[in-house]
Amino acid sequence: MFENLLASLTDGLVIGFVYGVTAMGLTLIFGVMNVINLSHGPVIAIGMFGVYFLFSSLGLNPYLAIILVAVIGLLAGILIYLVAVNRVIDAPELSSLLATFSVNMMILGVGTSVFSTSPRNVDFAMGTVNLGPINLTGTRVAAGVAAIVVTAALYYFLYRTRAGKHIRAVSDNREAAELMGISSFRVLALSFGIGTMLAMIAGGLIATYLPFTILSGEPLMAKSFVIVVLGGLGNPLGALLGGLVLGAMEGIVPVFMKMTWVPVIEFGLFVLILVVRPAGLLGAKE
Amino acid sequence: MKRTWYPGLWLILAIVIGMAIIPAITGSASLRETIFTLLLAVGLASSLNILLGYTGYVSFGHIVFFGFGGYVGFYLLSVQGWHLALAVAGGGLASGALAFLLGKAILKLRGAYFALATLGINEAMRSLIINLDTFGGPLGMNLNFQIYRDYGGAAQALWTTYWAILGLVVAVVVISYLVKRSKFGLGLMAVREDQDAAEVMGVASANAKTWAFVLSAAFPGMLGVLFFFKNGNIEPVDAFPLVKSIEMIVMVMLGGQGTVLGPVLGALGYERLRGFLLTSEIFKDVHLAVAGVLLLVIVLFIPSGAVGWIRSRFHSLRGVVE
Amino acid sequence: MILQVKGVSKFFGGLRALNEVDFDLPEGMILGLIGPNGAGKTTLFNVIGNVFSPDQGSILFQGEDLVGRPTYMASRLGMARTHQVVRPLNDLSVRENVMVGACFGKVGFGLRGAASLVDETIDFVGLSESRENLAASLNVSQKKRLELARALASQPDLLLLDEVLAGLNQAEIATMLDKIREVRERGVTIVMIEHVMQAVMGVSDRIVVLDYGEMIGDGTPAEVSKDPKVIEAYLGDPDLAEEMLGD
Repeated sequence: MFENLLASLTDGLVIGFVYGVTAMGLTLIFGVMNVINLSHGPVIAIGMFGVYFLFSSLGLNPYLAIILVAVIGLLAGILIYLVAVNRVIDAPELSSLLATFSVNMMILGVGTSVFSTSPRNVDFAMGTVNLGPINLTGTRVAAGVAAIVVTAALYYFLYRTRAGKHIRAVSDNREAAELMGISSFRVLALSFGIGTMLAMIAGGLIATYLPFTILSGEPLMAKSFVIVVLGGLGNPLGALLGGLVLGAMEGIVPVFMKMTWVPVIEFGLFVLILVVRPAGLLGAKE
Repeated sequence: MKRTWYPGLWLILAIVIGMAIIPAITGSASLRETIFTLLLAVGLASSLNILLGYTGYVSFGHIVFFGFGGYVGFYLLSVQGWHLALAVAGGGLASGALAFLLGKAILKLRGAYFALATLGINEAMRSLIINLDTFGGPLGMNLNFQIYRDYGGAAQALWTTYWAILGLVVAVVVISYLVKRSKFGLGLMAVREDQDAAEVMGVASANAKTWAFVLSAAFPGMLGVLFFFKNGNIEPVDAFPLVKSIEMIVMVMLGGQGTVLGPVLGALGYERLRGFLLTSEIFKDVHLAVAGVLLLVIVLFIPSGAVGWIRSRFHSLRGVVE
Repeated sequence: MILQVKGVSKFFGGLRALNEVDFDLPEGMILGLIGPNGAGKTTLFNVIGNVFSPDQGSILFQGEDLVGRPTYMASRLGMARTHQVVRPLNDLSVRENVMVGACFGKVGFGLRGAASLVDETIDFVGLSESRENLAASLNVSQKKRLELARALASQPDLLLLDEVLAGLNQAEIATMLDKIREVRERGVTIVMIEHVMQAVMGVSDRIVVLDYGEMIGDGTPAEVSKDPKVIEAYLGDPDLAEEMLGD
């Protein structure tokens, strides 16, 4: 029992890093521009498909494919921002919610017709990793490690580069940033691009160890909301922490009760935090 | 101010009732089914409008009341053997009560936080019901078709449900109209515009929001019972579809949030569009994408919806188009 | 005494916004509340208006203690206020805005019952032509008058005006002051936060001066304008000091 628990917990934490990256894009976009990006789900799925096709058609190593997919994600995000979000950035929240949701519908609409809903699988095995009594699937561990790398890279970007500083400035106070000569338009477009890029990377990582369809992004988006609220809206480090908490929980809970209770606990916790401590565990950006 | 004879309301009722009696005249069962779907959409959109349009609260999981009320009513009908009318009332009360309790917790949240909370509630409720055997777990509950005999046989029961839903929709529209023209409605709109200023002016904002929430939840609950009675079964995935929640918001926005006619037209327009896209050879595979484009165009360029646009362009029509 | 402010203190974290503010206000008086920026005047309004509770002390309005009761009770008991930064209900018409004031104030009219009061109040502040326009479409001066109309429509016994003259030109100020005097004639007690010195000194019966949350002056306009403590506080703001000394 204990070994079982330990194995599940470790695996949960490893996946938790991936969850963190999955949610990071969402929280970044919210932090910078107060927009809840409802196209997050389908974008994750596109990332999955991107890696799948690069791997199965071109034989590209999935992890290299993810890099390519990331670049596509960045550009796609900027495009989505320009077309759908920029015009309603200062409008009431409902507008940006619906605008990003319309992008969600467009991607799903085209996606289901092009890809159908049959599951795909990236057939790339990496054996098992042995940590003492625990055996973990290679691809899952690799995904976790990659997620850590991505998180570190994001942190470096946000805190050590000029663009990153601009993003943080606009996130804090857009008007003040503009007064200091920062082009908020460029920052917003870039931030949305990065948020989308992170979602695609997450999709790519998840595709390496789980089968997926075009609809797989939706439940991951729902999970992302939970993570983002747990960690504090707008706080990327919070997203990482929230991801780990969620991953750990998904690892531990099924040892004690039926799997079907996991979403109840996740969403129950979600609502509870919103009501009791909306700033999340680490505090939201205000 | 001239004595009001409510022309705006009569126009709306004319549209709704006028549309609804066509199947009765032609006797066409398939037309009745189509109109049933339209009426359901109108009822849901108009209910949501009370919360979204009048009070300004974006409920992203509003379908939870449809599903929850539907489940309670279905249970009362199918397991406890209650009469349909009582089951419908039970579903409405259950949803209203759920809204009352949830409201106490989440109505103090603003904007995006509230929207997310309602999303979480819908997801939590679906996952919860999957785990409850009383409600049939993941497979849901099935109606023993013998039940339809109590209502004159299956064919007759379908007509009864049809008239029942028309009655409910008329009720929602009338109540929606009366609220808009009442002191209560004025208070809601003040809260929507600036809750803190409204409170300083004497509006009891917490109470007002709670009652708006309850009212906006009770009707979907009742509509749910009728829908699933007609359906013959209820399953978690049908009862709490997130997409339906979003569609409700789209309908309200498309037609014009905060107006009475808006949600009606928006619901009719959206459902017809959806039906057209689903049956059209060119569009059926990508109907969701087309709807998405439409939604984006509306959000970007006509945010006050069709009725809102008409009212701002044609001032003279304001008395009739509400 | 329509209002009794007894030893009121208010802290925001470590910052003491109000420190033992204490005064009684008889009915029918026009009280001017002045002080340099950040002195705590609006905070005092927020405490009197039951938006915040005092951390120490109490507020008695018409003998009633509002602490612990919801904010909206203040209006129902006969207190109305305007805001320093105007808060119009943007998507509602002028008429609907004033209707809110009338229906949720002291008398709590129904929509029909309030109709004539609403129209009269709109005429009184000079917004008759804009009656059906959306509040968002008004200019600043009109929005200020809308704030006043909303407050008046609630039939208050006590009216709190927060910088109602700010941003107005000389002619507009004169008109507004006439309106304020007319309102007092109707029996309403008024407290005005103002920076337009000549105006507030001219119209007030009594002046209370706040600085860093403390009362540093309480007396007639003439007394206060000669009080060295008050002058010193304003010396930090030479323009205002000029105005005061020039009285």
